[in-house]
Amino acid sequence: MKQFQYVKASSNAGVITAISKPGTKIIAGGTNLVDLMKRGVTAPDRLVDITHLPLKSINITGKGLHIGALALNSVVAENALVVEKHPLLAMALKAGASPQLRNMATVGGNMMQRTRCTYFYDTAMPCNKRAPGTGCGAIGGINRMHAIFGTSSKCIAVHPSDMCVALAALDATVIIAGPKGQRTLQFTEFHRLPGEHPELDNHLATGEMILSVEIPDNNFAKNSYYLKVRDRQSYAFALVSVAAALDIQNGVIRGARLAMGGVAHKPWRLFEVEKSLIGKKPTEENFAQAAQLAMQGAKAYEYNAFKLKLAPATIAEALKHASGLV
Amino acid sequence: MEEAIKTAIPSSADGMSRIDGRAKVTGKAKYAAEYRPDGLAYGVLAGSTIAKGTVTAIDIARAEKAPGVLAVVTHFNSPKVPGHQKPKKPTKKAGPILVFNDNVIHYNGQPIAMVIADTYERALYAASLVKATYNKQAHDTKPPSDISMGIAPWGKDSVRGEADAWKNAPFKLEQEYVIPTEVHNPMELHAIIAKWDGADKLTVWDKTQGTQATRDDIAKAFNIPAANVQVIAKFVGGAFGSALQVWPHEIAAILGAKLVRRPVKLVLHRQDMFTSVGHRPYTWQKVGIGATADGKLVGITHEAVGQTSTYEDFAEGPINVSKGLYACPNVTTRYKLLSLNIGTPTWMRGPGEATGAFALESALDELSYQVKIDPVQLRLINYAKVDPENGKPYSSKYLDEAYKMGADQIGWENRRQEAGAVKKDGWLVGYGMGGGMFGAYRDSATVKAVMRADGTLLLQTAVTDIGPGTGTAMVLIAADIMGLPADKIKFEMGDSSLPNAPMQGGSATTATVGGAVYDACTELKQKFQKLIGNGGTDNPDYAKILSDKNLAGLDVTTQSSLGADAQNKYSMQAWSVHFTRVLVHPATGVVKIDKVVSVADSGKVISQKTARSQLIGGAIGGIGMALMEDAIIDHRYGRYVNNNFADYHVPVNADIPQMEALFVNKPDSHINAMGAKGMAEISLIGMAAAVANAVFNATGKRVRDLPITPDKLI
Ligand SMILES: Cc1cc2nc3c(=O)[nH]c(=O)nc-3n(C[C@H](O)[C@H](O)[C@H](O)COP(=O)(O)OP(=O)(O)OC[C@H]3O[C@@H](n4cnc5c(N)ncnc54)[C@H](O)[C@@H]3O)c2cc1C
Ligand code: SF4
Repeated sequence: MKQFQYVKASSNAGVITAISKPGTKIIAGGTNLVDLMKRGVTAPDRLVDITHLPLKSINITGKGLHIGALALNSVVAENALVVEKHPLLAMALKAGASPQLRNMATVGGNMMQRTRCTYFYDTAMPCNKRAPGTGCGAIGGINRMHAIFGTSSKCIAVHPSDMCVALAALDATVIIAGPKGQRTLQFTEFHRLPGEHPELDNHLATGEMILSVEIPDNNFAKNSYYLKVRDRQSYAFALVSVAAALDIQNGVIRGARLAMGGVAHKPWRLFEVEKSLIGKKPTEENFAQAAQLAMQGAKAYEYNAFKLKLAPATIAEALKHASGLV
Repeated sequence: MEEAIKTAIPSSADGMSRIDGRAKVTGKAKYAAEYRPDGLAYGVLAGSTIAKGTVTAIDIARAEKAPGVLAVVTHFNSPKVPGHQKPKKPTKKAGPILVFNDNVIHYNGQPIAMVIADTYERALYAASLVKATYNKQAHDTKPPSDISMGIAPWGKDSVRGEADAWKNAPFKLEQEYVIPTEVHNPMELHAIIAKWDGADKLTVWDKTQGTQATRDDIAKAFNIPAANVQVIAKFVGGAFGSALQVWPHEIAAILGAKLVRRPVKLVLHRQDMFTSVGHRPYTWQKVGIGATADGKLVGITHEAVGQTSTYEDFAEGPINVSKGLYACPNVTTRYKLLSLNIGTPTWMRGPGEATGAFALESALDELSYQVKIDPVQLRLINYAKVDPENGKPYSSKYLDEAYKMGADQIGWENRRQEAGAVKKDGWLVGYGMGGGMFGAYRDSATVKAVMRADGTLLLQTAVTDIGPGTGTAMVLIAADIMGLPADKIKFEMGDSSLPNAPMQGGSATTATVGGAVYDACTELKQKFQKLIGNGGTDNPDYAKILSDKNLAGLDVTTQSSLGADAQNKYSMQAWSVHFTRVLVHPATGVVKIDKVVSVADSGKVISQKTARSQLIGGAIGGIGMALMEDAIIDHRYGRYVNNNFADYHVPVNADIPQMEALFVNKPDSHINAMGAKGMAEISLIGMAAAVANAVFNATGKRVRDLPITPDKLI
């Protein structure tokens, strides 16, 4: 890999100044960035190690549960507050990667991880995300793992995270710091669709860093489930995953949150399906019906048409688990 | 002979742990890439980005100027490898890749340049700066899909009895089966350190399955005496066949070391493991099979087309199982090779037979539903008591017992013959079985056995251990004959300068080297018994005898092989059968293996623990074959797209249930004194069908193109 400078940051302000310069990147757990550097997909001149900053805390604030950007994936998954209040997040985290990776991976790094599209990883292949204007290798190529929602003629990649699917479902917000101070974004607005600019994965601007995420209180702890369908039982990215959270009172659904992974360039929240479930009884038939709604606007490519069938099946199955039907 | 067998299997053998287990798990075991000769430099290869054509220019200027770079080698500037000469007689194919020898590109990823630098990272970076210009030609990487494709390496069809007789049977079927390209992908990457000790003297630490074969090939390539080349492979982190030959990267490192006058280390990247060190070839197969109403096979026709490269033919035996596994009067086989712009395939665990067994054992399962006969029963009805190809008796065969052991252990009686009939907690439950065979080989090997003054025994031979636990088995054999505790015996191997031994391959090591250890130890013991005279004793006190006779030590060097007589008289085979219980989720198509029982009929078991590991490991390889492994090429570019461990899946712990490994454990009294046959290949052969058949039993869906991923079941 290209020789680079390495600096340890001692303050958020220091990080922001450093990453405002071109060619500089934050390194957290390094589980994604270092791989990309080894394969020549990215070649920063300078890395800013942020792992010594005090951004690891997990605690309750007036706005809900606060999780620092440097909290490790494994720590978040085991945290008592998380397990008690938002078991969906714990389940999603445990469905991701491997224990070794989760021990290194941070919340911020997980949000910022890049697509696993194999064309993106191979510098000998065309890819608009890695090298804008070279074309999309996956369109017309091997696209079994690719998106069925929100694609563009420039890119059909998916965001690979499991954690983010749960956070999107749980109405989380993202706290961001930058040269102009702090700002907050809805988690569902953090990642973007590829459109004309697949090189941009999200709405983080140059010089900005993630400080934390916050999850508002909810009534979903009892009835939530993360279901990840994959080619092997562990250490594989999702073919389709579903985060399902229900608020069931007296046998009737009062609130629902649903998001899918493995189907779009961002965690794919299913607002319409959620609405359709309100006031319904948690039955297999109702779930199957609702799941069909999710597929409006879906578009398959040569090798991923199975997702059109797998996605609704997984939604229905996840809802069954969440509601205790299985 | 009987007597020898009894004593040769020590009861203390049961449960002895690997002699090198501790070294392996504590990191003390040194693998090829872990040696640190003074002045070590690092080589990194750059590969072609086209699949066919010629290299017209390579810009190395930026790479040469990059920090730490010692040399950039391409075919334009490479020192000549003296043994790299074009064959004098023109042949149809170009022959093996002669690295940096010419400008012709045969496959995507073929090495076109090597950067040598003072650190690995610097070499890696400089390699990314090498830019080639090509004259690109239309490539072909599309795998076979019909018997009309390719050429027959062995000429005509093989016909036993009547050709294509299955067509006349009352019950019959004809189906196509596909095994995609699989990559050996041992955990340890292929690696070499080459160090010249003089103009014609070389030391090489290498990942290889055969130190002496590698030594000879290198000596030939560089035109130096074989005695001047020392190849060391003390530990090998898996290979599965991929290290049975010398590949271009090994030659590259050696020529690089000569050029920069420093030892050079070259470790392949995971991507290169897909292109440059062989693979199990994508194979299309068609099986026609017919039987009478009572399940007697009338005929089998087995066709197969495997892929090979455009520059070499690699042929294996996928159709062998159809010739040998069952007593079927009429068997027709056709085998062809299709030349593509890919690296040449090579032997991969259970080569050919594993591919063929998937097709045959699936077809037999399909037939069992037609004739409505239990699959185990169907196999017993067609049980071969003599080799159906040549009528020879088997040196030993207890496969019927293996069937029974496996069926009992898995709970086969709970299987229902109709598919999709059993459900448990929302999952479909299915049972399946499949088996296989592989020739039981024994080669020639030489072992030196040295009894030292302190009463410890040293055994030496050049063989390697790529993982099965060879050293452990050898120590157990020696312990029994010599009457010594295992910790008084040292087995030294993995060095070409030791006495001759063949490559570790073809499941032949235990039979071959074990046979030689047996003979050497027997001879050495007799030498001691002669020394003390009087017919000796059964348990000589070696240290005392040496001291009494004022000797520093006593040794013998013994060569041993299988007599031609036994080989001519008997058909020597090893058998396996695998039983699986699987769960399939009806909505998501997820397959979970719930239980596996694998049974081997491979003669007497020498080392319980390592044999068990071997059988389990092979069966897990079969699960990978059934459910996951698939090296995918984007044919527009002729380039692999899932060439890493995140995308090319092999089973992880979560995929593996309780695995039961059972052994018939009855000696083959003809192959060697211990009665032991190899079991590396049979551990895998038949497993993929056992899984696919169970999936069918669970779901009623027959998947004939592996791997069985969830999308194929919804
Ligand atoms: C083989 C493999 C399998 C995997 N499987 C899964 C899976 O199944 N599911 C899943 O969800 N994930 C999976 N992962 C991905 C894993 O979750 C990510 O690699 C990890 O979360 C990244 O975190 P990190 O701290 O190591 O990030 P790094 O690698 O350090 O950084 C990643 C990116 O984030 C940026 N970054 C880091 N922190 C911040 C911050 N605070 N503000 C702004 N930018 C920041 C970095 O600049 C960099 O661009 C897998 C990874 C591997 C290697
Ligand atoms: S899908 Fe996106 S990431 Fe993949 S090749 Fe196309 S542009 Fe690149």
